[in-house]
Amino acid sequence: MTTPTPQDLIIIGNGMVGHHLVEQLVERGSVDHFRITVFGEERHPAYDRVHLSEYFSGRDAADLALGEADFYATHDITLRLGEAVSRIDRENREVVTDQGRYRYDSLVLATGSYPFVPPIPGAETGQPNRLVYRTLDDLDTIRAAATDARRGVVVGGGLLGLEAANALKSLELEAHVVEFAPRLMPVQLDDQGGTALREKIEELGVGVHLNRATTEITAGDDYRYRMTFQDGEYLETDLIVFSAGIRPQDTLARECRLEIGERGGIVIDDECRTSDPEIFAIGECALWDNRIFGLVAPGYTMARCAADALSGPFRGPEPAGERFAGADMSTKLKLLGVDVGSIGDAHGTTDGAISYRYSDEATCVYRRLVVSGDGKRVIGAVLVGDNASYDTLLQYAQNGIALPADPASLILPSVEGAPTLGADALPEGATICSCHNVTKGKICETIDAGACDLGAIKSETKASTGCGGCTALLKSVVDHELEARGVEVDHSICEHFTHTRQELYSIVRVEGIKTFSELIEKHGASSTPSLGSSSAPKLGSSSAPILGCDICKPAVASILASCFNEPITDAAHVPLQDTNDTFMANMQKNGTYSVVPRIPGGEITPSKLRVLGEVGEKYGLYTKITGGQRVDLFGARLEQLPDIWSELIAEGFETGHAYGKSLRTVKSCVGSTWCRYGVQDSVGMAIYLENRYKGLRSPHKIKFAVSGCTRECAEAQSKDVGVIATENGWNLYVCGNGGMRPRHGELFATDLDDEALIRTIDRFLMFYVRTADRLQRTSVWRENLEGGLDYLKDVVIDDSLGLGEELESQMRHVIGSYECEWANALDDPEKLKRFRSFVNDSRPDPDIIVTEERGQLRPA
Amino acid sequence: MTAATAQDQTMTQTWQPLCTKADLVAHSGVAAWTETPEGPVQVAVFYLPGQATELFAVDHHDPFSDANVIARGIVGDIQGEPVVASPIYKQHFRLKDGQCVEDEAVRLRCWPLRFDGERVLIDLG
Repeated sequence: MTTPTPQDLIIIGNGMVGHHLVEQLVERGSVDHFRITVFGEERHPAYDRVHLSEYFSGRDAADLALGEADFYATHDITLRLGEAVSRIDRENREVVTDQGRYRYDSLVLATGSYPFVPPIPGAETGQPNRLVYRTLDDLDTIRAAATDARRGVVVGGGLLGLEAANALKSLELEAHVVEFAPRLMPVQLDDQGGTALREKIEELGVGVHLNRATTEITAGDDYRYRMTFQDGEYLETDLIVFSAGIRPQDTLARECRLEIGERGGIVIDDECRTSDPEIFAIGECALWDNRIFGLVAPGYTMARCAADALSGPFRGPEPAGERFAGADMSTKLKLLGVDVGSIGDAHGTTDGAISYRYSDEATCVYRRLVVSGDGKRVIGAVLVGDNASYDTLLQYAQNGIALPADPASLILPSVEGAPTLGADALPEGATICSCHNVTKGKICETIDAGACDLGAIKSETKASTGCGGCTALLKSVVDHELEARGVEVDHSICEHFTHTRQELYSIVRVEGIKTFSELIEKHGASSTPSLGSSSAPKLGSSSAPILGCDICKPAVASILASCFNEPITDAAHVPLQDTNDTFMANMQKNGTYSVVPRIPGGEITPSKLRVLGEVGEKYGLYTKITGGQRVDLFGARLEQLPDIWSELIAEGFETGHAYGKSLRTVKSCVGSTWCRYGVQDSVGMAIYLENRYKGLRSPHKIKFAVSGCTRECAEAQSKDVGVIATENGWNLYVCGNGGMRPRHGELFATDLDDEALIRTIDRFLMFYVRTADRLQRTSVWRENLEGGLDYLKDVVIDDSLGLGEELESQMRHVIGSYECEWANALDDPEKLKRFRSFVNDSRPDPDIIVTEERGQLRPA
Repeated sequence: MTAATAQDQTMTQTWQPLCTKADLVAHSGVAAWTETPEGPVQVAVFYLPGQATELFAVDHHDPFSDANVIARGIVGDIQGEPVVASPIYKQHFRLKDGQCVEDEAVRLRCWPLRFDGERVLIDLG
């Protein structure tokens, strides 16, 4: 086999794209198969045109040059600079210059574009004011013109025009931009984005003149020239740079009759071949699918495709060469020091596109997120003043990553101290688990190191294995990070059910299932044997019934209680409960319990207060006032609980559900009864609401507050349900939260009368019970609710789903079936049997040791 | 029954009565005292009717919280293996051998149990 004679390859144009083609051929080892000649019209070898304006801020031609100076020589490539090609002779396969004729087997046109100068009287070709901004030579001309000049104008407010304005500023001229369109960067930005950019730029001392078409340029009075606009206004200046768009440099191709687009551009196919298969065109001179790509990245892609096509004959069929398939025109740049980003369908012109906008006029920051009509994907974005979210948004757009439930969170600023955003908006350094000091960054690292489910991440980082307060947040971060990495997140509640809590809730209601055993029998996931291959058939019928676990059991117990409200201590339900529900008290760190009787609205008579004191004293309990306006009695041993409750119930107390995922308290201020400012009876309303909803079991605990006036002394806006009195009735706030992630409640309805207030809360609570995830507070539920607050209003107030009556009737059932769980248990000797520390010994646990502090007992 | 009686006779040294069947709570746990050669121990007794093994006894003492609470945890299974979750910090312990699922180094002691009529016997051998 003989080595084939190398072929002649000619590349016309030594701009960024032409240079990249040569690099690509070198990388592919194809230079051995070609004798390559490159023609460059300019005197400089390829340089970085993207950073051209830096030529005026310290970088010279050598700094801007691309690649090593001896790159071409090293690879035996002939570089003929300053030699313009005048003609292509396709018949003889020759390229003609004023210095000779050069034969080619293959030819690549990388001739780029030229600046468009509008036909304006006084700015005809050859006029000294006709400056453009594209090449190093152009910049030298501008620099010369700037000598003794005070003011410079750029015609064109697009990307390049603003770059040129920056260049004029660097020359210490007073810079102005004149734009024909009503906004800056009309292609990449929308109106608001353009406005934000304009304000930023004006702040920097650049004059911006929009909606201005220059009709004539004449001699000026105070400056060299006067530009007169279509409306008769004028602007005088010492120099004018035209940067009003580019046109493909297709003259050579036109003259040799290659196919040209209607408005210019050399037509190419996916391999970047022109209508003559031996001639390629790449970069800004090429027209693909009737489009010119005026950015460097698509030009580089074309260079790669052409390199593949040219190298094709010298390599095997695999892998197939890259083919040009259009390009993403998303851009991120700093113009005059201002961040500007534009992604995909920035104008939201796609059918059904939905936009989210964030605008901060104080700092001129603007963000717009364009989402597909189905709300699932990012299809575009506009960013001005801050490009911090550009990379994330581009990831979403390019990879079709599923949007978070609240897409706006992607563009909302994260506020320190009150991170009320979804997991994705938390910064890397955000602490997720404060017990083990685990940050979001650490969780991401663990995921990247291969952990791919919540369990693995918990055992690796120890996150959420301390107090457990971060469980929901951790899950949300993990789910989000896994989803962001394209891992399909399993929403099964646990290994025993392939359902979400919401699905289990529907099953229970629709099928009327009243016990956990029935539910797991009918709908449980079959358990996998712990040994051997999971594909091995299970032997015999001995597969034991699956037991469930500490995740699904309490979740189902809560669902059953929400639906049917049977006593949680009934034999069928008691094994499902967390220890707090089982013993209807709150377990403390030494295994003793705290007792919290209900004090509705925080109102208590002196004699009942005395009862609490007496019980506390009698049983040696540590006593503390809670944040929910009641009294917590700590240190009760298991076997003491029934006696304590017998005494409390005898004195008229009932259980406070402090142990349950259920209504806790309705806090209140003293209201119009006593307060000079109160406008409604907040205590009366709080007592009514607390008695109405006590015993309602829900996905998580629920706290209320009622304030008697707008001074808001009950802090209702930090509660799941907050009621604030007005002159005309009540304002209702929902989905607030204190605790780890404080969130202000949102105003849900105004000036409600008592009846409307109660109806609205009935529906709201039951809709939450029905649709929330396990252990999800109303605040997180609300943040993840598709459609947000408006949707919630539609459902609850306007009854858009027609659920209103059903929700109210369900609430009536829960209210109607309320009974004090402690009273129920005290009546049943079987239930009381559980309240023994030891089944075979009545003595207390000797390991519970207490010591005295500030006059009370506490764990030693 | 005859087999069980025979076993009783040969192993009277180690099988001790612990409590009664009526003391147990199905699908859950209770605590009981027992005397071992090393001294008195609090054991957590779990009763899982219908399972291949119905009775389990492990330490009632939770090594993570240092409180005696294991019997008050929720019983469940991890891939078919019965476990109890500590009611305080939620670590899981395998009922058959006391092994902590989250921490290899931690294991509760465990003892065989069986019914003798209405009595629950524990093997302290």
